[in-house]
Amino acid sequence: MSATTQTGVTGLVAASLARLGRNPEYLLQHLIEVQRHCSCVPDEAVEALACALDVTRTQVRAAIRFYAFLHETPRGDFDILLSDNITDRMVGNQRLIGLLCDRLGVRPGIPRPDGRVTVGPTSCTGMCDQAPALLVNGMAVTRLDAARVDRIADLVEGNVPLEHWPGDFFRVEDNIRRPGLLLSNPATDASGLRTLLARGADAALAELERSGLRGRGGAGFTTALKWKFCREAPGDVRFVVCNADEGEPGTFKDRVLLTSYADLVFEGMTICARVIGARQGFVYLRGEYLYLRDHLESVLARRRLDGLLGRDILGETGFDFDIAIHLGAGAYICGEESALIESLEGKRGVTRKRPPFPVTSGYQGRPTVVNNVETFLAATRIVQWGGYWFRGEGTDKSAGSKILSVSGDCRLPGVYEYPFGTPVHQVLKDCGAEHTQAVQISGAAGATLAPAEFDRIIAYEDLPTAGSFMIFDQSRDMLDMVRNFAAFFAHESCGFCTPCRVGGGLLRNLVEKVAAGQGSQYDLEELRQIGAVMRKGSYCGLGHTAPNHILNTLDKFPQAWQRHLRSAEYTPSFDLDAALAEARALTGRNDAAAHLEEEA
Amino acid sequence: MRVASTFRLDGREIPFTPGQTIMDAALAAGVYIPHLCHNPEFAPHGSCRVCVVGVNGRHVSACTAPAADGMTVDNGSEEVQDLRRAILQMLFVEGNHVCPGCEKSGACQLQAVAYWVGMLNPHFTHFFPCRELDASHPDFVIDFNRCILCELCVRASRDLDGKRVFAISGRGLDSHLVIDSRSGKLGDSSFAATDRAAHVCPVGAILPKNRAYAAPIGQRLYDREPISVVGDVAAHDGGG
Repeated sequence: MSATTQTGVTGLVAASLARLGRNPEYLLQHLIEVQRHCSCVPDEAVEALACALDVTRTQVRAAIRFYAFLHETPRGDFDILLSDNITDRMVGNQRLIGLLCDRLGVRPGIPRPDGRVTVGPTSCTGMCDQAPALLVNGMAVTRLDAARVDRIADLVEGNVPLEHWPGDFFRVEDNIRRPGLLLSNPATDASGLRTLLARGADAALAELERSGLRGRGGAGFTTALKWKFCREAPGDVRFVVCNADEGEPGTFKDRVLLTSYADLVFEGMTICARVIGARQGFVYLRGEYLYLRDHLESVLARRRLDGLLGRDILGETGFDFDIAIHLGAGAYICGEESALIESLEGKRGVTRKRPPFPVTSGYQGRPTVVNNVETFLAATRIVQWGGYWFRGEGTDKSAGSKILSVSGDCRLPGVYEYPFGTPVHQVLKDCGAEHTQAVQISGAAGATLAPAEFDRIIAYEDLPTAGSFMIFDQSRDMLDMVRNFAAFFAHESCGFCTPCRVGGGLLRNLVEKVAAGQGSQYDLEELRQIGAVMRKGSYCGLGHTAPNHILNTLDKFPQAWQRHLRSAEYTPSFDLDAALAEARALTGRNDAAAHLEEEA
Repeated sequence: MRVASTFRLDGREIPFTPGQTIMDAALAAGVYIPHLCHNPEFAPHGSCRVCVVGVNGRHVSACTAPAADGMTVDNGSEEVQDLRRAILQMLFVEGNHVCPGCEKSGACQLQAVAYWVGMLNPHFTHFFPCRELDASHPDFVIDFNRCILCELCVRASRDLDGKRVFAISGRGLDSHLVIDSRSGKLGDSSFAATDRAAHVCPVGAILPKNRAYAAPIGQRLYDREPISVVGDVAAHDGGG
């Protein structure tokens, strides 16, 4: 806000320091706080934070420029970001962003000169089941249509504070369509925790092992083993981290778990703390879910009152554990556990070298368990009801259930829980999908499935998934999906390693060239080559999986590419004649000889 | 000293001691694995990916991968060299590397490694980014056009000079080197010509002033022998 004075900024930083302390690891949290109040992080705040936290101003600025939700210059009283996942595009977000920009007289991403508003796109905000969606000053607005956009423009022009906007705008539905093993029973009476205390940590670990539970974030590491490694790692300080950075495009089930099953998730973290011997836990909550923070804080406060967090939990002397919520600020890479830990420590979210793994050297270099929201929920029930109860569902290698986020072309988008081993066509039938052309499973980084593969099953041994399930019917141009994902990965690469940083940009540019009708067969081969370099040469999973959608669609949907191609064998990626424009301008010539001949 | 274990690299037995990476062991045995962000003065980094090798069907960076007994390392196959060439080409098109007009030509590690892997052209479409040149310091100039984000200056300043003059900012293709001073200029920072950070840049990004072309073309670091024999720029005090 232009009206924010220097003393205002200094006061703001001082208040944030008073609330969160001067631990340099809270840098990102301070920056988010300043951003929320000033619509940017002004220079005075950079200097004040560098000084107070004893970090370099460069580290502060580097963090601001890394996270998409932090800015060095003001965004205005209203910072509006439209979710730009392919599922938003499929329901017309492009038209709505145009409409909103027209109404407000702005261009995407550029603040209005009067300091009132900025309108721009952002990566998937996790509202695909109630898309199109947007964030206004970090708060989620769902189910956009022309009328709602019109109303928003009025509210912005009237400078109406968010708390006076219609409450319905901010309503987020759970949309649980098919509850299963975990979702069918949200009741919480701390039975898991009580069972743990009655039977002991070894017994709890044994139940987890018996259950066969594997991490629900996608990588599928055996949970019991992770906890055991961490428990046995040398050191006397350990941490529990819940990865609630649900950034994979098309995923939103953790949003629902945190909304309606938060107690069970926190209980799982507390059980983990007891098993490994941790006293401090963190929920790393993606910035897009800012609206959930107050709710989660209130659940935590209630649990403290009930003796389920804090000192001597459930009267057990020495069982001390508490949980703090840390916000992310718009960085997909922070869903990767080591980047998440870097971000928790207030730094840019760049993945760490492994080994060492977080179980031996995680937060502050101490043994740390990082698990997905869904994993903690499952762990609570397993400790409560036993490993066999969980094992009763699923396949040999994939025990239990998987919670899916279903969106795209179907009648009933929402959250579905299935036993592992469920075929893709079953999900399509249940959600009312018809004439399905393709399913993108496990998000932008996942696999593109053609109809011939709809008999394949959801399981670690066949189709491993973190839960995203996006459906495309036959009316869709699959290249639209590719364009969206290619831009997404170019935007979300952390930039640390060469293949992902540069390769991601090259892929995006080549995809755009093809989409513009300027591509030839040669470009498709180029896309394959660059994709292969990224798969083989990248530093972390982001780069390894970023070209999947391109390689998959080239193999399975060649026609989607072919019909955009020029017939020519080779087409240059720039217009030779246009490239001479500057020379013509400099020499003041525009005669025929100063132009290249048109090709036949 | 008794050698604990060995691995096979392109058919040759390479001894190693526990804790060594593939790179450590190979360099100690006199086997060259091309690299840019690696420098034995600092902890392994693994960002440039030029030292990619094949191990049991997977590709890893030799500078970060621990050596293991009995492993087979592919350092010379056409597949591995192709991969390195593509990665180098990516580095070339990302920045503005105009060898014929660069005073570091002939003593540049990026150029020398490119020769070593047989890179003949940049292949990919150039990004032609708009980057600046910082000549504010009395003794040194920084040409950001040539920075390859190896973070050697970042690490040298932090780990050896105790200064933290440099850092990487931004993200993705927008990642860039920044300088810790209020103005963001090198001249306003605590950087000094005697810093180790002044002498580890493998390319022509951080250059001493008034020394350009002191060594004539033809007599420069990599003009007579390849990098596999000569070694890193940083081992020759910045390459002169």
